[in-house]
Amino acid sequence: MKSTQVRTNAALSRKIPGQRGRVWRQMVKRSDLYLMLLLPIAWYLIFHYGPMYGLQIAFKNFNPAKGIIGSSWVGFDHFVRFFESFYFWRLLWNTLAINLFSLLIAFPISILLALIVNEIRSKTFSKILQNITFIPHFISVVVIVGILNVFLSPTTGPINSLIEALGGSPIRFLEEAGWFKTIFIGSNIWQNMGWQSIIYIAALSGVNPQLYEAAKMDGASRLRRVWHISLPGIIPVIVIMLILDIGHFMDIGFEKILLMQNNLNIESSDVISTFVYTTGILKGEYSYTAAIGLFNSAINLVLLLLVNRFARKVSETSLW
Amino acid sequence: MSNQASISRSSDEKIFDAVIYTIATLIILIVLYPLIFVVSASFSDPAKVLNGEVWLLPKNISFDAYTNILHNGKIWNGYTNTIIYTVVGTIVNIIMTVLAAYPLSRPDLPGRKVLMVIITLTMFFGGGLIPSYLLVKNLGLLDTMWALIIPGAIATYNLIVMRTYFQTSIPWELQEAAHIDGCSNWRLLLNIILPLSKPILAVMVLFYAVGHWNSYFNSLIYIRNEARYPLQLVLREILLISQSEAVDANVGLENKVLLAESIKYAVIMISSLPILIMYPFVQRHFVKGVMIGSIKG
Repeated sequence: MKSTQVRTNAALSRKIPGQRGRVWRQMVKRSDLYLMLLLPIAWYLIFHYGPMYGLQIAFKNFNPAKGIIGSSWVGFDHFVRFFESFYFWRLLWNTLAINLFSLLIAFPISILLALIVNEIRSKTFSKILQNITFIPHFISVVVIVGILNVFLSPTTGPINSLIEALGGSPIRFLEEAGWFKTIFIGSNIWQNMGWQSIIYIAALSGVNPQLYEAAKMDGASRLRRVWHISLPGIIPVIVIMLILDIGHFMDIGFEKILLMQNNLNIESSDVISTFVYTTGILKGEYSYTAAIGLFNSAINLVLLLLVNRFARKVSETSLW
Repeated sequence: MSNQASISRSSDEKIFDAVIYTIATLIILIVLYPLIFVVSASFSDPAKVLNGEVWLLPKNISFDAYTNILHNGKIWNGYTNTIIYTVVGTIVNIIMTVLAAYPLSRPDLPGRKVLMVIITLTMFFGGGLIPSYLLVKNLGLLDTMWALIIPGAIATYNLIVMRTYFQTSIPWELQEAAHIDGCSNWRLLLNIILPLSKPILAVMVLFYAVGHWNSYFNSLIYIRNEARYPLQLVLREILLISQSEAVDANVGLENKVLLAESIKYAVIMISSLPILIMYPFVQRHFVKGVMIGSIKG
């Protein structure tokens, strides 16, 4: 009791403008806290704000010998070159399509899984379901793509054995552009649905049980209770997750795409971020690919701001 | 009338339950099947795997693939490197995250709102791959272990989770009392806060360690020298690029092709083993971590 009073007093005193000296005194008094923060803040400035500063090479012709500051400005030349290149539309379409389909399919599936877990009455069974669906999340992308390779192999993989047993002819899944997006998104769902459902399961456990009782009294079926109580109960969490996902819209799954990519499926697997890697890091076109990367981040940021504003208006839930 | 209604309601419930349980069972089968297949294939006679005869349980149990891996220097080297990177990296991660999270959790720290904005902003905007790569290169970290550790020293999401834990789970009164007794912030952190934060520390160690264990992309761009390759890069070579190289040179060509196939399954097993063994013990903590993180900070 007494201590909460002390806290509010301290909070009040900080707001009085005539007492700058007091803030200063408090800063001195807490100097050891600033000392703790020294390393982390320096790290943030170097490793997060440093690259933001370095982004100016997108508007320059970066020359390693002259450094970032010494290189000459070229304005929007790199952007124009990118927009006019023949692969621009292919990259943009693949990036948008893979992410949009992921969002449309994978996003609702994790919510559905959480609702299923929540509806299972046997505690043991629902724990088993949860724990098993988490496992793939901890397997590395390299191994996941390795599993895809052996599992979908046209000669030894069980999927093609099954197709052949049913009288079909084997499909070279990983070498056909037409299959790439399906396999990529499908395996992502397989790997992550359990993990992504945790947050919804947590939110569902917080829904007031009296609401279910009341609905039961009114004669609502189980399906209706899911629809009218469970789902509305987790809407705020769904909105937050959606905003976060859309904030990273342009760069989902890039590490995995890079591993799954080959010359035969490149037509539908080439996305902006893999292009930045192959052209920038491997071929050394730093300025050009920094510009492409900036274009990618700019779309992300605009999407995030738009969705956040929209969500705040519609559902009164937002990140800030 | 009411009796009839309750009967139809309970049959309605039964159908609902049946549907839910069927879907749940299907999901379990879909998730487990590829995993079981890989385990079985890794313990089977390579010829049987190649003929597509293995579909659920191992056929003609054989450990050839595993014995071959045991003699593969590259895999062992990658394993050792990954263990070193994981241990050193996680220690750095924990120290840096605590150093940032604790002061920022203190309501009496002037300017912490500004600092939080500076930090959270980086979750939504950054310089991107190329400027980050150039930074690491200019700092002379290229081709050293530190390129894999320092640039990722703090995961902002984890930092926020930890800060939230300090704010919500440790009574502020306790910290004030310690202050009145003349306890410095360092001593407060080391002797009072950290011992009370074991659950969240465990979660952070797990998150960071799994991240280091599974990461391949940073080493792909920053590590050139094969002697420093972590396990995931060695795996990438075996699984996705040149599979037959991994096989012992002493076996004949035909066997070599066969072994190359079954080695794939075995390396998948061996690389995922530590995490899968750990999994049952730590699973609760992971869930807890995600849930703490879900509290809006």
